[in-house]
Amino acid sequence: MSGAPKPSPLHRSTEHESAVQHVTGRAMYTDDLAGPTGTLHAVPVVSPHAHARIVGRHKAKALALPGVVAVLFADSIPGHGDIGPIVQDEPLLARDEVFCVGHPVAVVLGETLEAARTGAAAVQVDYEPLPARLTIDAAIEAGTFHGKPHVIQRGDRDAAWARAAHTVEGEVRSPAQDHFYLETHASLVVPEDGGTWKVTCSTQHPSEVQREVASVLGVGAHRVVCEVPRMGGGFGGKESQSTPWACLAALGAWHTGRAVKIRLDRAQDMGWTGKRHPFLGRYKAGFDAQGVLLVFEAELFSNGGWSHDLSLPVLDRALFHLDNACYVPALRFEGRACNTHLPSNTAFRGFGGPQGILVIEDALNRLAERLGWDPAELRARNFYGDAPRDRTPYGQAVPAPRLLRTWDLLRASSEYAARRAAIEAFNASSPFVKRGIGVQFVKFGISFTKAVLNQAGALVLVYSDGTVQLNHGGTEMGQGLHTKMLTVCAHELGVPKDRVRVMTTATDKVPNTSATAASSGSDLNGAAVRDACVAVRERMKLVAAELLGAPGPDSVRFQDGRVFVEGAQEHCVDFAQVALECWLRQISLSATGFYRTPGIAYDEAKGQGTPFYYFAYGASVLEVELNGLTGEHRLLRADILHDVGDSLIPSIDRGQVEGAFLQGYGWLTCEECLWDADGRATTVGPSTYKVPAVGEAPLDFRVELLPEAAQEGVIHGSKAVGEPPFIHGIAAITALRHAIQGFGEGEVTLELPASPEHLLRAIEAQRGD
Amino acid sequence: MDGVRFTLNGAAVTVTDATPQTTLLDWLRQSAHLTGTKEGCAEGDCGACTVALLDTEAPGGPTWRAINSCLVLLPQLHGQSIVTVEGLSGRREPLHPAQQIMVDKLGSQCGYCTPGVVMSLFEATYRKDLGRPWQLDDQLSGNLCRCTGYRPIREAAEAVAGTAPADGFARALQADASALPALRWVHDGAEAHVPTDFDHLFEVLAKHPDARLVAGATDVGLDVTKKGARFACMVSLHALPLRGIVRTAEGGWRIGATTRLSDLELAVQDDLPALARMLRFFGSRQIKNRGTVGGNLCNASPIGDLAPVLLALDATLVLRSAAGERRVGIDDFFLAYRKTALGVGEILAAVEIPPVPADARLSAYKVSKRREMDISAVACGLLVRVGADGLITHARFGFGGMAATPARAAAAEAAVIGQPFSAGTFAAAADASRQDFNPLSDHRGSAWYRATVASNLLKGFFHEVHSEAAPALADRPSGTLLTPSPATPHAEAAR
Ligand SMILES: Cc1cc2nc3c(=O)[nH]c(=O)nc-3n(C[C@H](O)[C@H](O)[C@H](O)COP(=O)(O)OP(=O)(O)OC[C@H]3O[C@@H](n4cnc5c(N)ncnc54)[C@H](O)[C@@H]3O)c2cc1C
Ligand code: FES
Ligand code: FES
Repeated sequence: MSGAPKPSPLHRSTEHESAVQHVTGRAMYTDDLAGPTGTLHAVPVVSPHAHARIVGRHKAKALALPGVVAVLFADSIPGHGDIGPIVQDEPLLARDEVFCVGHPVAVVLGETLEAARTGAAAVQVDYEPLPARLTIDAAIEAGTFHGKPHVIQRGDRDAAWARAAHTVEGEVRSPAQDHFYLETHASLVVPEDGGTWKVTCSTQHPSEVQREVASVLGVGAHRVVCEVPRMGGGFGGKESQSTPWACLAALGAWHTGRAVKIRLDRAQDMGWTGKRHPFLGRYKAGFDAQGVLLVFEAELFSNGGWSHDLSLPVLDRALFHLDNACYVPALRFEGRACNTHLPSNTAFRGFGGPQGILVIEDALNRLAERLGWDPAELRARNFYGDAPRDRTPYGQAVPAPRLLRTWDLLRASSEYAARRAAIEAFNASSPFVKRGIGVQFVKFGISFTKAVLNQAGALVLVYSDGTVQLNHGGTEMGQGLHTKMLTVCAHELGVPKDRVRVMTTATDKVPNTSATAASSGSDLNGAAVRDACVAVRERMKLVAAELLGAPGPDSVRFQDGRVFVEGAQEHCVDFAQVALECWLRQISLSATGFYRTPGIAYDEAKGQGTPFYYFAYGASVLEVELNGLTGEHRLLRADILHDVGDSLIPSIDRGQVEGAFLQGYGWLTCEECLWDADGRATTVGPSTYKVPAVGEAPLDFRVELLPEAAQEGVIHGSKAVGEPPFIHGIAAITALRHAIQGFGEGEVTLELPASPEHLLRAIEAQRGD
Repeated sequence: MDGVRFTLNGAAVTVTDATPQTTLLDWLRQSAHLTGTKEGCAEGDCGACTVALLDTEAPGGPTWRAINSCLVLLPQLHGQSIVTVEGLSGRREPLHPAQQIMVDKLGSQCGYCTPGVVMSLFEATYRKDLGRPWQLDDQLSGNLCRCTGYRPIREAAEAVAGTAPADGFARALQADASALPALRWVHDGAEAHVPTDFDHLFEVLAKHPDARLVAGATDVGLDVTKKGARFACMVSLHALPLRGIVRTAEGGWRIGATTRLSDLELAVQDDLPALARMLRFFGSRQIKNRGTVGGNLCNASPIGDLAPVLLALDATLVLRSAAGERRVGIDDFFLAYRKTALGVGEILAAVEIPPVPADARLSAYKVSKRREMDISAVACGLLVRVGADGLITHARFGFGGMAATPARAAAAEAAVIGQPFSAGTFAAAADASRQDFNPLSDHRGSAWYRATVASNLLKGFFHEVHSEAAPALADRPSGTLLTPSPATPHAEAAR
């Protein structure tokens, strides 16, 4: 061992931990697993109706087909027949009523996928269609909702209205969005020795899959192990909605005693599973003469679909983000989740936050358009500030300077003012094509708003050869969590990264985990990993101190695979030697770690509390060019400055910011979910549902991480990154509205998503044609 | 000769025990246990299944082509050579540059799109024609990535494009292609044929008038993966001498029916920018590497993108049967929804495009929800000839997406003939076009949108071609129409 030990890998850019597997095709996803000999294939038979009574079900024809092994209906469930992430209100297999298109009625097991498919097509179910509610408006009219209204209010609204110089009243309808993870839902269930079921599943929430499979099979959780190798994308779509398919496979395995594989094809995945909740926001905003918000009243309605799923927490987060970056003195926000006959809408990056934010941005855009003001200026005037302008509607304090600093830096680096002026000049002389520039600010609350979920565990195993296996409760879906956890572990144990292997996430290594969601993966698991590593390291220190003849364990340092006394690096022993010595001395080389986020509490009845540990910030400036003859547009340039604290791994965080931005942009522009009048999704493949392709990404794409941004109390000063940058995509709407104004003055009316057709309508309306 | 024979990652393979309509993707994952190639959609629209095909007949010499394995039916592989992501580097070998650059640039997050992206980069590595910046967008247009936002993938493509390392894959391009004998394969009562001569072809067509012809299978493949089609008899045209582009003595073009769209795109880049523009927004690189000119026309979809341009260009179709050849003008080819003038036992052999007259103004547009890899809401090819006196003498306006077949806009044409070449004339044509069509509403656009866009495109056309007869497309245009320069003297045409 010569030369100085390499510094810690923390806070340094690096490749993805699985990059080599990804590029060689050796990375294993659930459906890539062959399964043991005799693995059967499961294909669900689902309702073609949005709402119907089941009046007959016939399996004889299917069973007569070659290769069909079993056809299972609701009465085949040995345990509990209803599943659900919070409220168990979803019949896994419909009993006498179906509540959405795609609601499973039966599952067919076949020797081959082909046999199972043919079998599924031969199962006959007789329905008596019932009236269906598909839209928010239909649910409002019928008065059908999930849960109770959630209200947040404060201040003297009447007094505020009396003072208001400007009022804006309106309605925003935010569109649905399909997750379009590249890997569709998949599970493999293998019966194992001792009445144990091993479930390999593409899920963000292995503990929930474990719990629900156990419940459906009528066994204890100790008889089910759920493993997640990795996901080909999740984005929230695999938080609760992997569960039913895993349960159906488990049911098949229970009945046949054989391994069962299930995979939804793209059309099934898009046609049968939930999406981002569409929201209707009705609002009224009052401003003083300078455009400073005095009062904001809003009613939010989300389309929850047929079951609770995660609709209530999604609604909560929408309400918590209605203010976005603006201080609102007097307000009343009320939210309701509509009960409709669509596949239950679910978590999707941002978890309602973007839908809430869209409402206040609409009010701000319209006021700016009406008065000919710069929308960025108007927003900056409304930023959170010093007390009393530092309290969110629900009473949590907002440390404001970070947002101001972010905007100051970005305004300069993006040359916002000069570009806005140049665009106005361009528009004055370009007849068909107009440009626009838009800003977006981000203030996103981090934590599960349900306090109990903010806990995590880890298990670290050091082997006597000095290599390390790391288990933690989070799942890897591309966000780089494993890369970050590996780095934290390598840092704490002072070993090179290649001595650490992050193991497949498994419920028999770390129990009772929360979903990898709410952007909290690295905050929670990182702290638990550190806890576990520190526990092992402290034991190893005692042994190392003796080996090194150190004055005491506190002076022992672990770095780059070497163990030495502080200040005497040249006199060192290898980490492996210390590990071996621990074993020889019968000292435990494994430990669990645990973390819970302190201080989170929210009282829904009062609408007050501290639902978040901290906020993540950001600002973006986006320039677009819009074609007035066709409604097509192109992003010309994007400047994003985003706050990730002291980034654990800047290259990973940058990737999260870029990807989230483009996904947010897609939500509001090219992506459009459509249904027919009977509630069947008609956009069930990439041929009809258009997520951004390479040409949508701005060529001039400038993403920076906010410097000097260490976040106190979070693992190594970092911050959550998964969801907050999704909000930057909203800048596209402000920018497009600016471009539309190039065709005529005044307030813009733009339906979302801003597809070419909706843009062309807005342009024609603006022209006054 | 029983069974399909092809080369997979350098090793010879014979497949005998599969139904002929099995896709290469299913075969790779289920039978060859090569699970590196992923399924993201099974409809050609995501690129996760991309593999590379050694294209020995490419116009610029043999080259690797990225293709969608989900849309390749096994008989189409007969005599071909395929490389999958597993074939790029062995466990003990260094990564292929197309792989290494994706590691270095952090081009993968969840990694599910990555094998497909790597195979697109693999094509780019050996391409010699990637000279223009927009071609990188085009190269990657068939690979959806939901995670990265594409910036790192684009940088990776930029770094490897055209680097052509002198490796085994480069050497494979030099190797002599040994032609295989024709295939006659019967499995489970289904027949598959790969004829190498027309006698074999017409013999099969005589015996099986309902035989399904397959060229690139980018349409036929969807029938299989999405509609579960089963063919009693399938005939792949890939081994017949039907591919190639020839300039005629008069300056026109003769394009063989199985000419790949990517061949055509390259060939017409400079001399027929209207067609090049349409091809630039046609499907994706992978689709253009497989899809053929003949398949696009014979599929006779009302939203097929070549037809509007070929209508404007007044192309002639050369049909061939056992009885010989006959010529049909493109105006007479599309009879009704998805019905053409092709007779039983007849194939399309070639398309002839006459030389573009010197006094012609010509352009083409395609409008869709997303610019790359999307199906047209409206597509058109527009041509007028302007006499020395400034009056319009001829007009051919071909439209797609507006009717049950690709169709000309007769009223709009009539509105310009004999009129001055001016903004006013095209404003009148724009109005007249509303009498020409009664378009449908669907998820690509409402009737209102289609009619309005068709009309607007006529206005935009004048704006674009009034100073340049056949303008080429800008690198990253904000729409299918060119960005008019702010200094344009025709600002009055805006409203
Ligand atoms: C993802 C995707 C994107 C696409 N994008 C576009 C697009 O942007 N624009 C567009 O127009 N199309 C698009 N298509 C459709 C398709 O790619 C094109 O129509 C293509 O040109 C078809 O050619 P092919 O050789 O693959 O046809 P095939 O699928 O092989 O054949 C199509 C039909 O033509 C018949 N046929 C083929 N060749 C002959 C011949 N020589 N004589 C007689 N009959 C013949 C076949 O029997 C079949 O019925 C897209 C398809 C996919 C999957
Ligand atoms: S699987 Fe999506 S293109 Fe082939
Ligand atoms: S890396 Fe996940 S889809 Fe591209």
